[in-house]
Amino acid sequence: MKEKISIKPFLRLAGLEPLVVRPETNFVNVGERTNLTGSKKFARLIREKRFEEALSVARQQVENGAQVLDINMDDALLDGVEAMTTYLNLLQSEPDIARIPIMIDSSKFEVIEAGLKCVQGKCIVNSISLKEGEEKFLQQARICQRFGAAVIVMAFDEKGQADTMLRKVEIAERAYRLLLTKLSFPPQDIIFDPNIFAVATGLEEHNNYGVDFIEAIRLIKEKMPLTKVSGGVSNLSFSFRGNDHVREAMHAVFLYHAIKAGMDMGIVNAGQLVVYDQIEPTLRNLCEEVILNCNNHNSEATEKLIAFAATVKAKEKTEVKDETWRNNAIEERLKHALINGITEYIDTDTEEARLKYARPLDVIEGPLMAGMNVVGDLFGAGKMFLPQVVKSARVMKKSVAWLTPFIEEEKKNNPSATVGKVPKVLLATVKGDVHDIGKNIVGVVLGCNGYDIIDMGVMVPADKIIETAQKENVDIVGLSGLITPSLDEMVHVAHEMKRCGLQQPLLIGGATTSRMHTAVKIAPQYQHGVFHVLDASRSVTMASSLLNKEQKKELLTQTELAYQHLQYQFSNKNKKTLIPYSEAIVCKEYVDWKKYQPTTPTFLGKKVFKQVDLATLARYIDWGPFFIAWEMPGRYPEVLSDAVLGKEAQQLFNDAQELLEQIIAENWFQADGVIGFWPAVSNNADTVTLQTAHGPVRLEFLRQQLKKAIGQPSFSLADFVCPAELGTDFMGSFAVTIHGAKKHIDRFAAEQHEYNKINVQILADRMVEAFAEYMHEQVRKEYWGYTKSESLTNKQLIREEYEGIRPAPGYPACPDHTEKLKLFSLLNATEEIGITLTENLAMNPPASVCGWYFAHPQSHYFGLGKIDIDQLKDYAQRKQITLEEAEKWLRPVLE
Amino acid sequence: MKSIQATLRERILVIDGAMGTMIQRHKLTEADFRGERFKDWPSDLKGNNDLLSITKRDIIVSIHKQYLDAGADIIETNTFSSTSIAMADYGMQALVKELNVAAATCAKEAVRQSGKVAWVAGAIGPLNKTLSLSPDVNQPGFRAITFDEVVAAYYEQVSGLVEGGVDVLLVETIFDTLNAKGAIYAIKQYFDDKKQAPLPIMISGTITDASGRTLSGQTLEAFYISVMHANPLSVGLNCALGAKEMRPHIEELSTLASCYVSAYPNAGLPNAMGEYDETPDVTGHYLEEWAREGFVNIVGGCCGTTPDHIQHIAEQVKGLTPRVLPTVEACLS
Repeated sequence: MKEKISIKPFLRLAGLEPLVVRPETNFVNVGERTNLTGSKKFARLIREKRFEEALSVARQQVENGAQVLDINMDDALLDGVEAMTTYLNLLQSEPDIARIPIMIDSSKFEVIEAGLKCVQGKCIVNSISLKEGEEKFLQQARICQRFGAAVIVMAFDEKGQADTMLRKVEIAERAYRLLLTKLSFPPQDIIFDPNIFAVATGLEEHNNYGVDFIEAIRLIKEKMPLTKVSGGVSNLSFSFRGNDHVREAMHAVFLYHAIKAGMDMGIVNAGQLVVYDQIEPTLRNLCEEVILNCNNHNSEATEKLIAFAATVKAKEKTEVKDETWRNNAIEERLKHALINGITEYIDTDTEEARLKYARPLDVIEGPLMAGMNVVGDLFGAGKMFLPQVVKSARVMKKSVAWLTPFIEEEKKNNPSATVGKVPKVLLATVKGDVHDIGKNIVGVVLGCNGYDIIDMGVMVPADKIIETAQKENVDIVGLSGLITPSLDEMVHVAHEMKRCGLQQPLLIGGATTSRMHTAVKIAPQYQHGVFHVLDASRSVTMASSLLNKEQKKELLTQTELAYQHLQYQFSNKNKKTLIPYSEAIVCKEYVDWKKYQPTTPTFLGKKVFKQVDLATLARYIDWGPFFIAWEMPGRYPEVLSDAVLGKEAQQLFNDAQELLEQIIAENWFQADGVIGFWPAVSNNADTVTLQTAHGPVRLEFLRQQLKKAIGQPSFSLADFVCPAELGTDFMGSFAVTIHGAKKHIDRFAAEQHEYNKINVQILADRMVEAFAEYMHEQVRKEYWGYTKSESLTNKQLIREEYEGIRPAPGYPACPDHTEKLKLFSLLNATEEIGITLTENLAMNPPASVCGWYFAHPQSHYFGLGKIDIDQLKDYAQRKQITLEEAEKWLRPVLE
Repeated sequence: MKSIQATLRERILVIDGAMGTMIQRHKLTEADFRGERFKDWPSDLKGNNDLLSITKRDIIVSIHKQYLDAGADIIETNTFSSTSIAMADYGMQALVKELNVAAATCAKEAVRQSGKVAWVAGAIGPLNKTLSLSPDVNQPGFRAITFDEVVAAYYEQVSGLVEGGVDVLLVETIFDTLNAKGAIYAIKQYFDDKKQAPLPIMISGTITDASGRTLSGQTLEAFYISVMHANPLSVGLNCALGAKEMRPHIEELSTLASCYVSAYPNAGLPNAMGEYDETPDVTGHYLEEWAREGFVNIVGGCCGTTPDHIQHIAEQVKGLTPRVLPTVEACLS
């Protein structure tokens, strides 16, 4: 148990941060410049409706140490309600200003009420009074109470403003009693303003106003100790208008005495407060005499002060704020402006950067993006919070706006320059989910970075998303969701996007989404890039990378690798998430066999190909893995122009080409292959039976058992063959090999020509893969003939854009190598083309490839993942081998 | 029946766990959500959990009942989104009053069936439109909704909840304090208008991220100060965080609040698959520790928690001394 806590009746106010007025707080500065009568600049900006610029006045007050901000929009020519609402709403979007509490200041109560409706923190209302009687006073106080605001009560009643000490105290006491007895108003939330009037006006009866105020404070605090006292200090020196030097001294002297008497807060120009001790003694003494009304018979003191004032050259003091950052380099300044959300200098800074950089776009992609990245990092680390990020985005927007005409200009002068149309981003909260705050934030952040946002709102079904993405030809699709079922819906949308042939990258965001879920569940559904976006601030860099061709490629590759790693981690980690084998079979992939008309191959049984033309095969080479084999990071053909590796890569490529020409010309290699087709049916589970001339052959496949999202099937290759009861289907297989490499490899080894040795090895591998690719194409277009009209480029072949698959036994979809024995026997591959199998079922020559052919358009590659003991037992039984034997071959996929 | 105030002086009360998580378990279809009455409704209704108070009353009552059986002293009505603003997504603004009355009676019915002493808290959610943030960054001064509209929406909800017979009003999952101030305003206005003694108000905010602030940017203390005028029965935190992440904030709040302190965290943070997998005993132990430290008066669970969690929580805090209310001094020194 902890010690009992005691809570003191302090006045507690709040903006984004708390302000607790404790006895030791001394004095609370209330910034006065955001007041139409307090600042000419502010008045002009507001009258011209330049509200955003007017924020700089508020910011200046905060930077100069204002702890509360007084906001007053009273002006005969203005709609006060509208001005107050507009300004406060804007101000609430400025976290560095909104962190302090607001004092809503108006003589019209409807303006005060409008202000209270805009501020989340605990405000002070300035002011209410008994001017129009008790009823009105209580009615207004009750409304303030409903908003939880503290109130300033002016010393004003039905008879008028209180000028004497006694009247001030009397009115305060009356108001206090009413508030406490009728409304149970918290006494610490009552602040009295006993009216500060101008002194030294030349009128004798005004001379004691300072003293009346100070004495009233003492009495009020004595009688009502929890209440506070405030006042508008500038009034005091009204008669010295134009002489800031004297005015400031008067204010300092007045406050010195008033605070000693108990004044808690005052409306002041926070930038102009001078320190009592720093005032030149002559002036200070004169001020003291005037304010405390001593030696002032016949206004002597007043006369002296006026005389003194005439001798003081009104020194124009520039308001000080921390502007040291302005001395930094332009990049640093832009970064500072972005992080701190300062728009004040952004146009001139942007212009300076534009002149420095070669192209306006470079400013965006260089220093601006660098700044936004820092913002993203700070946000991620909890050092910035959302409203600040949104503000940074606005600075970015302003900078981009400055650059836009120049970008346009550049486009006009140089139409080939890569300045395209405004990129479009579609955003939607998925079906079944109505949470859209996060999505809206992403929308605004992207919007202010120059993207055209198509926001589809909430509960958007997949078909609508896809339809709009196609119709509007958007560049990026972003999905959001907060609740757990939205994750499944996102998987569904991704799946549908693939089905409908969309190509746009897909961004995933929202509270429950994660990188892991995106990698494991969503990314496999859609091949054109799925990216998890951690938070709104990161959406900008992500989107801009995706719209830049080179960066996009890199991002895709990086993400793919990262996701593969996550998928791997996930499949290794989530041991408990296996479903029973029986359940997995039920969850097989659905294929509408009634709609499928299998193509009968042009022959059944096998067919052998000897000495296939090497030049033909060479055209099918995928050079990407060639460089990977050489451990050259980067992708082909980009690697050839890589800044660091390019030269070396090009050399390597030239050498390989030369060697390949020699291989072809001198027939170093011999390419032999065999393919075969058989009528085939599945058993609705994982067995496929082939009808061969020598009787049925049963192929055994394995099925995924990892628990997936609802509606996601558990894949097995057997699902791609028609079940027996629904008709007859076909399946094929192939084996291809490159003979002759060994001789040359050995030769180069003997010559200690490692470079050529490795090149030959790698080229043999590339050639046999090319052979498999070529053979597969021949099968599709001719021998099986299910896509006779197919015409794909090598690139498209590499990207597997064709129908049907050729998975190899021992690879992720069918990891059991022992099925290779059946494949070899079906094709008689050892006798026909000379590939032998090692005891571990590796193929020799090493440059050999074999696999099954599936033709159904829905057939696809997948990774089996982990399987459970129940499937292993079933599999051993099906294959009529012992459990130990099955375990041996399937160890990598077992728990 | 003993009042909730009197009971809170004696022991820690347990509030129920997630409604959404429990509804999900029923794997309801679009047709289930629609029922006979809304079978031709023009928009999708699946996911409109609050509608189930009308179309699947038995399920809602049974979920309440399970929480009561698990040891909940306070159950929340199924009305998180039952305002005209949130229901606009389904075109169901006209049903708001009915939804709130129905939800309140579901909860009351469950209490009756359980035969135990328990209180029904009318749940008042945060709305899907926010008063402190602009949805359009080009116009930071723009607001998608006005304070008056928010007050009107909450007023309607409050009237339904009160007529339905709730014992307490619970303004929860507050991520924009101004929205919550709208709710408080509406509640005060409702009881003023009805010249009725006000029901106790419970307030529960949400700290959303690593900055330790609400979504609208307030620190915890600023949030508390901004809602103090509700004169709440309790103030606390719920949602967004698991117990582990919520602890420092609850500790802070327990030193600030002059009223009772409530805490109903999520069942941990969602895992990579968006599921909450903190087990009931783990949640239970966290909350037990808070109770032993004297941080809390009301404990329970939010997203991902189940009757099992509530049972563990109830067992763990049973017999522990509740947080003692601070002394509120009458003078400054």
